[in-house]
Amino acid sequence: MLKVNNIDVFYGNIHALKGVSLEVNEGEIVTLIGANGAGKSTLLKTLSGLLKPKNGEITYQTKQIGGKQAQMIVKSGISHVPEGRRVFANMSVEENLELGAYLRKDREGIKKDLENVFELFPRLYERRKQQSGTLSGGEQQMLAMGRALMAKPKLLLLDEPSMGLAPLIVKQIFEIIKMVNSQGTTVLLVEQNANMALSIANRAYVIETGKIVLSGTAKELQESEKVKEAYLGGV
Amino acid sequence: MMEWLQQLVNGVSLGSIYALIALGYTMVYGIIKLINFAHGDVFMLGAFIGFYAAIRWDIGFIPALILAMVICSIIGVIIERVAYKRLRGATRIAALITAIGVSLFIEYTVIFFRGAKPEAYPELLKESYIDLFGASISSKSVLIIAVTIVLMLLLQFIVHKTKIGKAMRAVSHDADAARLMGINVDNTISATFAIGSALAGAAGVIFGVYYTRIDPLMGVLPGLKAFIAAVLGGIGSIPGAAVGGYVLGVVETIVSAVGFSLWRDAAAFVILILILILRPAGIFGKNAREKV
Ligand SMILES: Nc1ncnc2c1ncn2[C@@H]1O[C@H](COP(=O)(O)OP(=O)(O)O)[C@@H](O)[C@H]1O
Ligand SMILES: [Mg+2]
Repeated sequence: MLKVNNIDVFYGNIHALKGVSLEVNEGEIVTLIGANGAGKSTLLKTLSGLLKPKNGEITYQTKQIGGKQAQMIVKSGISHVPEGRRVFANMSVEENLELGAYLRKDREGIKKDLENVFELFPRLYERRKQQSGTLSGGEQQMLAMGRALMAKPKLLLLDEPSMGLAPLIVKQIFEIIKMVNSQGTTVLLVEQNANMALSIANRAYVIETGKIVLSGTAKELQESEKVKEAYLGGV
Repeated sequence: MMEWLQQLVNGVSLGSIYALIALGYTMVYGIIKLINFAHGDVFMLGAFIGFYAAIRWDIGFIPALILAMVICSIIGVIIERVAYKRLRGATRIAALITAIGVSLFIEYTVIFFRGAKPEAYPELLKESYIDLFGASISSKSVLIIAVTIVLMLLLQFIVHKTKIGKAMRAVSHDADAARLMGINVDNTISATFAIGSALAGAAGVIFGVYYTRIDPLMGVLPGLKAFIAAVLGGIGSIPGAAVGGYVLGVVETIVSAVGFSLWRDAAAFVILILILILRPAGIFGKNAREKV
């Protein structure tokens, strides 16, 4: 479904991604784990069109999307839930969700998806009139995910959904990621919380200072000595 | 008492003009953090467009107003595309200098083509007086205040209820997050310039009708005052710009009415200094939820 082939991404002269390749197949949950500053967010931003790769290809379905405008990429079915949620704090929950469906014209479909989002996240329904800046961190994460789902994505990019949340909320969020995936959305999940991520993923990649250093099935990586040592805190 | 009511109406009329200009300042600032110093000149262009349309085609107030709004919105978009777009991500001082350059360019282009001499505005509205609690209120004032309120309600509707308005609020809050929604940020910024410039154009025609005299440098002082009004209200805040405009208009009128008419212009700058010292965020700043 998504194939990243040997891309390089720079911030000025900082070389943030060095020849990164990775693949996501339809229906999978793929996780990308790595320490702070490894280049995880940079990769997602490049996939969603916020950054442009200097070279290499990004193929989505049959299209080349590397360097295309973000709105084109959203339209083709990729939604990105950014790190730190980035909800529109000056707008209500409902307005945030509406903006998620910004490019869609099918009123009926939008209404159905809104109901579906409210079913996934009953908290959002309760707070639909509330200014989203006043939501708790967990609720904002739910809103950011719901907002992305309103675009009816085929591929969902999640950037550290567990960041700064209590373990119980993290568990809920991961349950929902699994549910979204089982409803037919492919997921690329970026995490520092390797334990949780590997527990729901089919396959995984490990990134260190801009390079993919390991990849395999989630199970293989859970058992890899290197991953245990560096990312699983000796679990 | 009657005297005061009359002065209040005058103040609110002047305030309407400031408020309409201030709205464009604040919307543009909200979305690209640029203080568009050419905005006062768009106001001047609006006044001249209304003027030439009225003398060429003998059209009335509302058609002149609409024509000025349409042409000014196009001019606003051109200014943004030609001068400001390439400066996204440049330093603020570079953008500010460019804005001043655009302002001078517009002023002296108009002077080049038609000279600097002032014009007497045609009587687009019949002057009559309405008796209100013994005060005689100019019908022009009433109409101007009404038109301004209609435009502000329309703006409120656009910003809160339409798709482009929601996109404007989203971009002004977080442009990258807006991109992730599929919002075309460039078009949204252009729409903001279009709307802000249309309001300035409307203010230009209203100014001409109300003060009956226009000239190519007429935008400088009202532009500056409207900027002060926007800062007073909290730059970036739409309700703030409206309130700031009215407050400034009323204060200036009162200062004149109590016999300090020479100090009228100074009043605005005293307000600016006070607000910068006492509450730099402005009346609606900081804890304001609405940013655009
Ligand atoms: N806007 C930026 N400008 C310059 N360097 C950046 C910027 N964003 C990230 N970087 C650098 O790129 C590298 C990768 O960052 P990032 O992708 O955010 O890492 P991660 O998401 O894995 O924590 C880091 O070294 C970071 O300092
Ligand atoms: Mg990151």
